[in-house]
Amino acid sequence: MISFEIPEKIKNQLTMTEMVAKQVMRPYSRHYDEHEHDRPKEFIEMMWPIMKQQNKAQVDRWKANGSASKKEGPNTAILGLILNIEMLSYGDAGQYLCIPTGGLGGAAVEAVGTTEQKIRFMSRFAEGDKPAWGAMAITEPDAGSDNSSMRTTAVLDAETNEWILNGEKIFITSGALALQESNDFCVVWATVDPAAGRKGIKSFVVEANTPGVSVSPGLDKLGIRASDTVVLSFQDARIPYDNLLGSAEVKEADTSKGFQGAMKTFDASRPAVAASAVGIARAALEFTKETLAAEGIAVDYTKPRHQLTAVERDLLEMEALWKTAWLLTLKATEAIMHGRGNRLEASMAKAHAGTAVTRITQKAVELLGPLGYSRETLAEKWMRDAKINDIYEGTRQINLLIVARAILGYSRRELK
Amino acid sequence: MLNFELDQEQKMLTDAIGRLANERMRKVSRDADEEGHIPPEVAQAGWDLGLLPTGIPEAYGGFGEYSVTTNVLAIEELAFGDLAIAAHILSPNNVAIPLLLCGTEAQKEAHLPLFCEGTMPHVTAAMQEPGLQYDARNLKTTAVLADNQYTLNGKKSLVPLADTAETFLIYANEDGRTQAFFVPADAAGLTVGEREKLMGLKALPTFTLTLDNVQVPVVNRLGGDAGIDIGLILNHSRVALGAAAVGLARAGFEYARDYAKQRIQFGEPIAHRQSIAFMLAEMAIDIDGARMMVWEATWLLDQGKDATKETAVMKHFADDMAVRVADQALQILGGYGYIREYPVELWLRNARGFVQWDGLVIV
Ligand SMILES: Cc1cc2nc3c(=O)[nH]c(=O)nc-3n(C[C@H](O)[C@H](O)[C@H](O)COP(=O)(O)OP(=O)(O)OC[C@H]3O[C@@H](n4cnc5c(N)ncnc54)[C@H](O)[C@@H]3O)c2cc1C
Repeated sequence: MISFEIPEKIKNQLTMTEMVAKQVMRPYSRHYDEHEHDRPKEFIEMMWPIMKQQNKAQVDRWKANGSASKKEGPNTAILGLILNIEMLSYGDAGQYLCIPTGGLGGAAVEAVGTTEQKIRFMSRFAEGDKPAWGAMAITEPDAGSDNSSMRTTAVLDAETNEWILNGEKIFITSGALALQESNDFCVVWATVDPAAGRKGIKSFVVEANTPGVSVSPGLDKLGIRASDTVVLSFQDARIPYDNLLGSAEVKEADTSKGFQGAMKTFDASRPAVAASAVGIARAALEFTKETLAAEGIAVDYTKPRHQLTAVERDLLEMEALWKTAWLLTLKATEAIMHGRGNRLEASMAKAHAGTAVTRITQKAVELLGPLGYSRETLAEKWMRDAKINDIYEGTRQINLLIVARAILGYSRRELK
Repeated sequence: MLNFELDQEQKMLTDAIGRLANERMRKVSRDADEEGHIPPEVAQAGWDLGLLPTGIPEAYGGFGEYSVTTNVLAIEELAFGDLAIAAHILSPNNVAIPLLLCGTEAQKEAHLPLFCEGTMPHVTAAMQEPGLQYDARNLKTTAVLADNQYTLNGKKSLVPLADTAETFLIYANEDGRTQAFFVPADAAGLTVGEREKLMGLKALPTFTLTLDNVQVPVVNRLGGDAGIDIGLILNHSRVALGAAAVGLARAGFEYARDYAKQRIQFGEPIAHRQSIAFMLAEMAIDIDGARMMVWEATWLLDQGKDATKETAVMKHFADDMAVRVADQALQILGGYGYIREYPVELWLRNARGFVQWDGLVIV
């Protein structure tokens, strides 16, 4: 039965998150935009106990029954996550990215790791006084969209039973938070067999303080400036054998682990990026509508199309972009909730939301006139923040490729 | 709980309509457009699906409850077959649904059983008006009450099947509010004009209507003393039009997708090129986005909630989406898209109409 209903429990949770968004994040939005490499400590301190509690429930489940205890009924946790991400990004997308938790690194451990590894690596997000972060490093200077051509190598030293990592990773979100400012980890993707292509790519948990790992100063960005983005270099960095997630074997049909595992984490993280985009879009749309309404300019939803003013049309179009982005995000989430594959839906949502929020926020700056362009309000910041959603977790073009291959039934070779 | 899967009955229904769309509607679609004539047996086959009676309660001769969501699922599938034929099959809805939504008990008892029979009832609705400034909430056609009689004056356009209608549901402006009136075809002063010559929807006979001091008894006003809620009727009309836009766009998308896989240029299928493949991806996203907006609005309407804002935003998007997608489909076919032997130009012409339609072309 078609339904858009959100469970009461999640709605209540969202009321709390909305308070955080409005009272903890927004008041500092401008500050952390202008003090790029400061950490949003108010938000981090506020969120750590909450994240800890959530993560503890998950870690306890792993401890209780080994692998996964399949719960009956739809997976509402993912829905709660997506709705909360939307709300936190409505608060501030840059600060949201500093949320102390496993992040993409944690998602990779969950997707590919054994139960023992999940407990070993994820427990830190469930306990302790100090906040903890996980990061994930796939992108390299010469391997961005084409990440299967990555050059970072992992060579096994049979004598010490350690992996030796060499290479460079760029644009790593929360890399300094995870490796420098706390005692946590980054999941690094590297090849154990450069000749083997995708099949040779494996993921490794690199802990903070590993000799041979260096973290660059934070990169200076257009937007999401509160978020930490660094370059990681590995020079003969040695890590224990069983920090390899999944299997070390280079197999022909490797479906669930290895590179495929990395791609699988995207099926959940792309809706998350889409949700973040939608949150920024909602903030910009709401602010634009309120500001215009104060000047007596509001959309009359009962007017026929030919009587709409140009501004009303713009606002309707922005609203439609926002709404379609949100509903496609929910569609990608609903598939996960009910245990269906969502590769197509996830990329549809991500491709659309990234571009939708880019257009909405650019239009907001336009409609708001001098106020939009001014750094006294947040509109211009939202426009700068928005654009990242068109880029990371696969650019718009890469996600369109995935959508197109799926609808055409094409392989990577048929549609490059 | 969030769920976007059709239930079992909805799946059976859309499968059945899908078969009708592919096996009957598509086969006659081109000739119907060229000749301006819908084969009666195809329209009858559509009527035989019993879509309307499924939405009419047993007390009035039907066998179900009206679900807006199920209704739009059916409409998408019909419009996927052919928009003009879909509009023909659905034309009784233009009267039945406002009746269900706003009719008095007596009016429902009198008229609803008519929609539960084996042949299509000869009824149609007249809401749209000619001219640039059409506004369903502020009509130019007037209804003035005096001595227990309404006097109707004005002009209507886009009235489907008016030539064979026995009863009209005519919308008019009564003291600034839109009301609707049942008017028999033989009422004095009611004239059915020439058949309209339109860019698209050519298979469906539509007409103008002139009302020259047409006298209507007071009991013929839909909704009795309460009258109608035009906003509610428009919301129901808009989700139907939105679903039709989605169905039409999907037709163009699927055709262009299949074509792009078999059309070889430069030694390989044109779909191997990103500029074609990305167009298809964008079309798919556009269509899905519009469909989700339609569903969200019907979900609200099914709960008796207001969806004025949702339907306004949705229609604004869906009207443009249909043209955009049909145009991209045509582009993917290149020169063949421009040739009438192929269906795509027909879809583009039909798609262009949506922005003009607000109110009861298809409910
Ligand atoms: C702020 C920020 C945070 C990030 N966080 C992380 C992180 O935590 N971990 C991580 O691993 N990475 C991260 N990234 C990296 C991000 O995922 C990449 O930037 C992205 O995948 C694109 O790679 P690229 O920048 O090398 O661009 P390129 O791959 O060089 O792309 C350049 C342009 O070419 C287009 N293009 C490339 N290939 C094709 C093709 N086949 N068809 C059509 N067009 C194509 C792209 O769409 C783009 O427009 C982050 C990036 C930024 C900016």
